Amino acid sequence: MVEENELLAIQPSMPKSWNAATKPHKFCPGCGHGIVLKCIGEAIDELGIQDRVVFGCDIGCSLLAWDFFNCDSIQTHHGRTTPVVTGVKRARPDRIVIAYMGDGGGYAIGSQHLFNSATRNEKITVILVNNTNYGMTGGQMAPTTLPGQKTETCPYGRDVENDGYPTKGPEAVAAVTPEGAYVARGTMAKPRELKKYIKKALETQMNGTGFSFVEALSSCPTNWRTNAADMWNMVEDSMPKYYKPGELKVPGQGKEE
Amino acid sequence: MAEKPIQGEKKAFMTGNEVVAWAALAAGAEIMYGYPITPQNEIMHYWTRMIPKHGRSFMQTEDELSAGFTTLGGVMAGKRAFTATAGPGNVLMQEPVSMAEMMRIPIVLVVQQRGGPSTATVIYAQQEVTLTTFGGNGEGFRVVYSPSNHQELFDYTIKAFNTAWKYRFPTFVLGDGYQAKMRDSLVMYNPEERGVRMVDSEPFVGKPGMPGIDRDPGHFRNTYNIEEELEEVLLQYIEDYKRMSPEVIEYKTEGIENGCDVLVIAHGIVARAALTAVTAMRGEGLKVGYFRPITLRPFPVDQLREAAQKAKKLVVAESAYGQLNRLVKEALYGLNNPPEIVELFRPGVGITDEEIVRKTKSAL
Amino acid sequence: MAKPIKIALAGEGGQGVQLVAELLAEAAHQEGKEAIYIPNFGVEQRGGVSIAYVQIADEYIGAPRFKEGDIVVALSDRAITRVQPHVGPDTVFVYDNSELNTPGPRDELIGQQFNHHQTDSMLIDIEANRVGTEEHQGKLDLPKNAKKVIGIAATEVAKNEMTPRVFNMVILGAVLKATGVMELEPIQKALEKKIGSKFERNPELRDLNYKALSRGMELVDRVL
Repeated sequence: MVEENELLAIQPSMPKSWNAATKPHKFCPGCGHGIVLKCIGEAIDELGIQDRVVFGCDIGCSLLAWDFFNCDSIQTHHGRTTPVVTGVKRARPDRIVIAYMGDGGGYAIGSQHLFNSATRNEKITVILVNNTNYGMTGGQMAPTTLPGQKTETCPYGRDVENDGYPTKGPEAVAAVTPEGAYVARGTMAKPRELKKYIKKALETQMNGTGFSFVEALSSCPTNWRTNAADMWNMVEDSMPKYYKPGELKVPGQGKEE
Repeated sequence: MAEKPIQGEKKAFMTGNEVVAWAALAAGAEIMYGYPITPQNEIMHYWTRMIPKHGRSFMQTEDELSAGFTTLGGVMAGKRAFTATAGPGNVLMQEPVSMAEMMRIPIVLVVQQRGGPSTATVIYAQQEVTLTTFGGNGEGFRVVYSPSNHQELFDYTIKAFNTAWKYRFPTFVLGDGYQAKMRDSLVMYNPEERGVRMVDSEPFVGKPGMPGIDRDPGHFRNTYNIEEELEEVLLQYIEDYKRMSPEVIEYKTEGIENGCDVLVIAHGIVARAALTAVTAMRGEGLKVGYFRPITLRPFPVDQLREAAQKAKKLVVAESAYGQLNRLVKEALYGLNNPPEIVELFRPGVGITDEEIVRKTKSAL
Repeated sequence: MAKPIKIALAGEGGQGVQLVAELLAEAAHQEGKEAIYIPNFGVEQRGGVSIAYVQIADEYIGAPRFKEGDIVVALSDRAITRVQPHVGPDTVFVYDNSELNTPGPRDELIGQQFNHHQTDSMLIDIEANRVGTEEHQGKLDLPKNAKKVIGIAATEVAKNEMTPRVFNMVILGAVLKATGVMELEPIQKALEKKIGSKFERNPELRDLNYKALSRGMELVDRVL
């Protein structure tokens, strides 16, 4: 017969690189950030790089991760995480830099930085959480909002004629990066696979072959205004129809031109 | 013909962001370009919900640089276009506003100040005064209105379009996070029904006819080859700005006619607390006055000098570390026996009536 | 000249603090008074203590926020602590003192995630952390400097007689009666304006809310 105290002792284990003092974290119930950050934490643990990581986060919900890890961390301006960690890496190539951001920080205000770092093949790792809206500011349309999806700034549904088409980030990054880069799209619905992608991305940086980018499909039930069931339908059914998970570019597996 | 957004006069109790959306509608604004940033997001939320009924447009851009530059484009295409931003977004807006200053493009921007510098807080400050009045790489050829209640937020958002299009300087409505999020009462109206004729917008590009044959082509640039070429243009702008200033300057005073022992100076929402504080102190028989610039740019220099001349001390109250004070000091330079300035600076923090009363009484 | 009545309300996000504040402000506005309502907000979308400030006056109101309130309401244990700076010698302080108080987040319970370095000291003493007991109430950070401290068993009353979700309306009723800040009717009108559409879909909701208001009023005497 299991005692109540013992039951409470059987808790999911936390990555070693996580900062226990700042847990429980501040993300909303049902948010995918917790899962993505866990995958990152486990990857850092397994690669043994906790003391080399410099973790950058953006504006928006990603900023809540500024004290998430027991790693050096910098919370930057909106969309500027990519250039800040690029600056760190250029000055200290021995560091393993991670730029952690949302869809706005990567595909809207930060898109010029993402595009340029990718094209230049900067030896950085960008991890972008795609939840199809601007969460922290209250649920506005994002570059990744799906056609027909309602948000605060497209309250009648995203109309591709007026609001344009959603951004397929990994596809764009894969197209502009040279050989040596790693590009993948994972999902919070498959954390083991997501962790594998993140690990390979970090290994790409550690091996010094090039730019690494992982987009993670994630949830925002607060601004989607969904219950748990509908939230998972969005993440597992609707989003992958448009945003296909998988590896888009792996070093050494390039196609012949 | 599209239905008027407001039927008759309408008493309302709503948040400042909603007020701005209604005012823009009432002013006949045709297109808003914007990017999310707290605490002004709801302006977009209300605007996007209301516009299908009134045939207006909205575009969400990829960032504030784009929001500013797309607004420039919209204005140059001849539409009453506007944008709204805050904090770090306002910093980015300075690039497009500089172009607007150089090319005399009448854009309208609503800024809801939040704590700075950088991301700081999403809540409130009066720390974007310097940025909004002089933030570009130029001389600050712009108009900045600082409302202190929702009625004024409504009135001056409408007025901003008229000031911009009449005088052709970028025009700001400088609110703050408290005004954006608080509920206050006001009366909404259609400007025409109160005798306010909206200044027509006019295209820079896209006029009818074949360029070079039916009409001159619209050639617009903001690059000059030699220093003197630039100087000639700027001297003209300086003249225009000087000529405009007396027509545009606005301010409010209380209790300064016969001089005062302490003159309290504040703008925006802090002016609310300053007014109630000064009114209460005058009720106690204290010789205290109140000066509130409504236009921070152009600043009511002559009017402040006149009031300060007859004051023994000044209290400058602002939710910043001396940004209003800098404008005050510049205005008062050269005054005979300038009064001592007592500082009530609370950067990023609200100021209550009681705090102003305490500070003023300690200065007496 | 009468000074504005200053009301500060605080509770856990989701307890309906902002609704109560908005009702007070809206009702005052409908009655032709000057009113300002402003929420306090940080970056997070959910969680944390939610605070609202309301001022009601006959004359133009100054600053939207204030230091000491005439009426300060705290709907959760964390809120009681958060709202302390707003309690002064003239403040009427109202809080929920139900035995069946909705437990607030107990950080020391949830936070015991185990990592590789688990030790016995991390095991929690469950009994000692049960809420609602006298021992727990004794640990509450109730203000000692207020004019009057009123505990209302709002959650209990709501849960036993109506539904726990209208406990904020019980508190509102109590505030109305205790302070006389507003009559019931304007509040009911404001309620219709704010969530009348929900009442149309489900008329029972209207009865529940009205009942909660009345019950709250029965629980206290006028003190201001």
